[in-house]
Amino acid sequence: MRSAVELARQWREDPRLRWLGYCAVAAALIALPFAVDAVLGRAWVRIIDVALLFILLGLGLNIVVGFAGLLDLGYIAFFAVGAYTYALLASPQFDLHWSFLVLLPLGAFVAGVFGVLLGAPTLRLRGDYLAIVTLGFGEIIRIFLNNLNRPYNITNGPQGITLIDPLALGELALNKSYAVAGFTLAPVHNYYFVFLACAAASIFISLRLEDSRIGRAWIAIREDELAAGAMGINTRNLKLLAFAMGASFGGVAGGLFVSFQGFVSPESFALLDSIMVLCMVVLGGMGNVGGVVLGAALLTALPEALRYAGPLQQAWLGDVYVDPSDLRMLLFGLALVLMMLLRPAGLWPSTLRRRELAGAGESGVAR
Amino acid sequence: MDIFLQQIVNGLVLGSIYALVALGYTMVYGILGLINFAHGDICMIGALTALTVAGALAAMGLPPPLVLALSAAAAVAVCCALGVSIERVAYRPLRRAPRLAPLITAIGVSILLQYSAALVWGKQYLSMPELVRPTEIAVGGVHLTDLQAFIFLLACAIMAGLLWFIRSTRAGRAMRATEQNRDVAGLMGVNVNHVIAITFLLGSAVGAIAGMMVVLYYGIGHYFMGFMLGLKAFTAAVLGGIGNVAGAMLGGLLLGVVESLATGYIGDLTGGVLGSNYRDVFAFLVLILVLVFRPSGLLGERVADRA
Amino acid sequence: MIRTPAVRTVLAFAVALVLAGCGREAPRTSGAATVRIGAASPLTGPQAHIGIDIRNGVALAIEDANAANVEIGGRKVQFELIAEDDEANPTKATTVAQKLVDSKVAGVVGHFNSGASIPASKIYSDAGIPQISPSSTNPKYTQQGFKTTFRVVAHDDQQGPTLGRFALDKLKARSIAVIDDSTAYGQGLADAFAATVKAGGAKVVAREHTTDKDTDFKAILTRIRGRKPDLVMFGGIDPQAGPMVKQMAELGIKAKFMGGDGMQTPNFIKLAGGASEGAMASIPGLPKETMPGGKAFLEKYKAKYKAEVELFAPMGYDAVMVFIDAMKRAGSTEPAKFLPELGKTRYQGVIGPIAFDGKGDLVNGPITIYVVKGGKWQALETVTPGAGGAKK
Repeated sequence: MRSAVELARQWREDPRLRWLGYCAVAAALIALPFAVDAVLGRAWVRIIDVALLFILLGLGLNIVVGFAGLLDLGYIAFFAVGAYTYALLASPQFDLHWSFLVLLPLGAFVAGVFGVLLGAPTLRLRGDYLAIVTLGFGEIIRIFLNNLNRPYNITNGPQGITLIDPLALGELALNKSYAVAGFTLAPVHNYYFVFLACAAASIFISLRLEDSRIGRAWIAIREDELAAGAMGINTRNLKLLAFAMGASFGGVAGGLFVSFQGFVSPESFALLDSIMVLCMVVLGGMGNVGGVVLGAALLTALPEALRYAGPLQQAWLGDVYVDPSDLRMLLFGLALVLMMLLRPAGLWPSTLRRRELAGAGESGVAR
Repeated sequence: MDIFLQQIVNGLVLGSIYALVALGYTMVYGILGLINFAHGDICMIGALTALTVAGALAAMGLPPPLVLALSAAAAVAVCCALGVSIERVAYRPLRRAPRLAPLITAIGVSILLQYSAALVWGKQYLSMPELVRPTEIAVGGVHLTDLQAFIFLLACAIMAGLLWFIRSTRAGRAMRATEQNRDVAGLMGVNVNHVIAITFLLGSAVGAIAGMMVVLYYGIGHYFMGFMLGLKAFTAAVLGGIGNVAGAMLGGLLLGVVESLATGYIGDLTGGVLGSNYRDVFAFLVLILVLVFRPSGLLGERVADRA
Repeated sequence: MIRTPAVRTVLAFAVALVLAGCGREAPRTSGAATVRIGAASPLTGPQAHIGIDIRNGVALAIEDANAANVEIGGRKVQFELIAEDDEANPTKATTVAQKLVDSKVAGVVGHFNSGASIPASKIYSDAGIPQISPSSTNPKYTQQGFKTTFRVVAHDDQQGPTLGRFALDKLKARSIAVIDDSTAYGQGLADAFAATVKAGGAKVVAREHTTDKDTDFKAILTRIRGRKPDLVMFGGIDPQAGPMVKQMAELGIKAKFMGGDGMQTPNFIKLAGGASEGAMASIPGLPKETMPGGKAFLEKYKAKYKAEVELFAPMGYDAVMVFIDAMKRAGSTEPAKFLPELGKTRYQGVIGPIAFDGKGDLVNGPITIYVVKGGKWQALETVTPGAGGAKK
């Protein structure tokens, strides 16, 4: 961690080094899917694709939880809204096939509207109450998606929507394979680059937001809402903005997700998925963009790594005692508890957040 | 008309279970200002413990009342130990941390409990042995079993007992003092840690009984059963005014009845646009409406802290 | 300081690429050719018991095939099972599908859930690898226009109408309450059932819903009681069906109770207790005990896994055999070569005669209705669907 901090400092000081570093990172990221494909197989490229989507989701939730300090336990609902916006307007469901150029921004917008819809009535609530209400909101969205197939069939209910259009521009479709300069670009590679671009954009936006007037206002609200209000910050609008922005990240991710999968059904948006994204943010470091990226990558890779836990137990102990998916959830639970007890600011904490969460003693803030 | 009355009866029985679970939330919230997310899962552990013990004892051929008493005792013991140790390990170190920290910890504990239960009991649905075949009582078109009546009455008795405990005993007075101001109560010679432990002990014990009622009533238990139960009970606690013990009881019963009636009549009221598939939405809607329009709940008094 | 990580990365990639170049094709043992068969189902998580059941069925089939020294196109062939866990999760299902494609399987038996089979089918289709689902009953699975999707289970639009006609013709039900569990399976089954009984002149007096996690049905059952049906049909699985029957008894509802294959399990009887007596449920296929290969299969399964067959192991077993059958006829283990033969399958399997229609669905097979008698499921009668088949 220290070297990373030093690295960052040197980058900031020397523009030449900085560009060199950027180029190296960019080159590595471009080579990554091909190397992974060659060594571990295409399935791992797919896992990386999913990890990139989760980075997008994690960064969105980070705006709400990390920057503005509003605990949202129903975040996956915005992902669902974006996903269904895309799925309904680019599939045989209504025989509409809009372009993703319209649908992704639209998904972000619709999710943002839902963010405000959730935010507006809950503005007065603080902390734990907000958490429960957002949890309820997430479940309500899922229940509606599951039941809006009667009396009029809108979402096709639990059966889900199939044959969703891939991202495509004219003849160029991401679900086809292309040969470029001796490399085969399979669909997973194509999507990798699109997702990478989106993740990079969201990282950029997050970083700029953090340093912006808005970002500092959010942090002020998080630290002490009353004081922030007294300093002339319009806490209502800014909290709504946090909800809307966080939600719109989720909306974009949702659209990308269904175009990648080609299928969507309400079961992809359970509470557990919300908690999973929350884990990424908390584990990585609330409020720190790098931490969130780290958390998303770790938690996407972890379940895949844990797949080997089953056969390993079989080999060493003779039987599978702990179901790998249980093991994963146990580790998640344990991680949440231990992180809060031992390292409340996350694996890669933001400086401000660390100061705040370490700041024991001011019980006035706590209660 | 008898359909309407039947729905009310259904709602009251369901509501009495909600109320018992809600007590655990409300007591902890009153004292610590913490939503003990894991409370529903403590009830689940109690339920599964009771189920296992009852299964084993029934197989040994003990008489049903003894089986019931012993399995209830086992469930209460396990849950009390669990509740107190969770408080000690996971919540106490964070008592002065910002709000977000203990809440996230509570979510973590909830997940831990669920999946530990999945490890111990597996993930399949477990069946509670049918100790006594419930006898049906039909009063003018309203059907009720003796088991339902028993559950309802026991729940009422426990709630009355708890109210008495908090109102009239020395420990109860200490609890109320701690609730009003933890620091000052400490200065007045109340052992705050002790009081908090007692709170968790009581809440968990009542939760264990509630969990046992669920498996007794429905005959089925599952590692995930605590989640929805906890959520509904929390809603009940908020509805009644969180932190208020009598409010939790009222909220529980009311929520049970509201849910029953809403599920039963929503189809007719909306001309078939909404149906019983929206059942779980009602609880959440009630929660959101109460929080938005009357955050202090039906019986709660203090507003400043909540909103 | 700065260059090191970059250099290291580049080095790592170089090494990786070299490794990839030489490490890709593992040397094959000469003699018998090895053909990989993929199996994808939830091996962990709440549905693991059913997923493992499928995997066991597939493993048993591969064992049998290897013991029989199958020859394809004049070459001895050994089969190898690659079982993957899709966690019943749509996203994981696509990852797993990609993994199976990567490991060059000739065919895939899976997935269990329709929600997993559908997204995965796209990947198999792109790779040209045939997929036979032993258990996905969502009609949409085979309606996507993929040539590689098959299933060896009746889909909801087949089972539902058969159940419906049984209710009309045999039970003489005239006013029927229909409940589903808001899942793709339960709702599909209940909808198809409701459409059939309505068309047959019976009245659907109540159409209610619950969820696959609920255990309290008093509110909807009370509502149903007010409508006085003579039959209650539930589309869903045993954890709900059990308590539901029990609560019907408690509320004094005297109507008959029936459901689909999801509740025809021993667990249903355990959960419902004495109230289960007289409940009916259907299972696609002939009663296993009376089938020529059925009894032997059940015994073999029990001997090997020390457990009863849950539900779909026979379908998993047959799916493998259908693959091998098609390979034999095509004389090749290449998916591209035996895929056309798969569509022409006429195979006598454990679950009954297997043949596919143009979409890859099982041609309407018989469906057996069971009833609980004396605390046990007993075959009541076998219904062969009429020429009318499924509507829609």
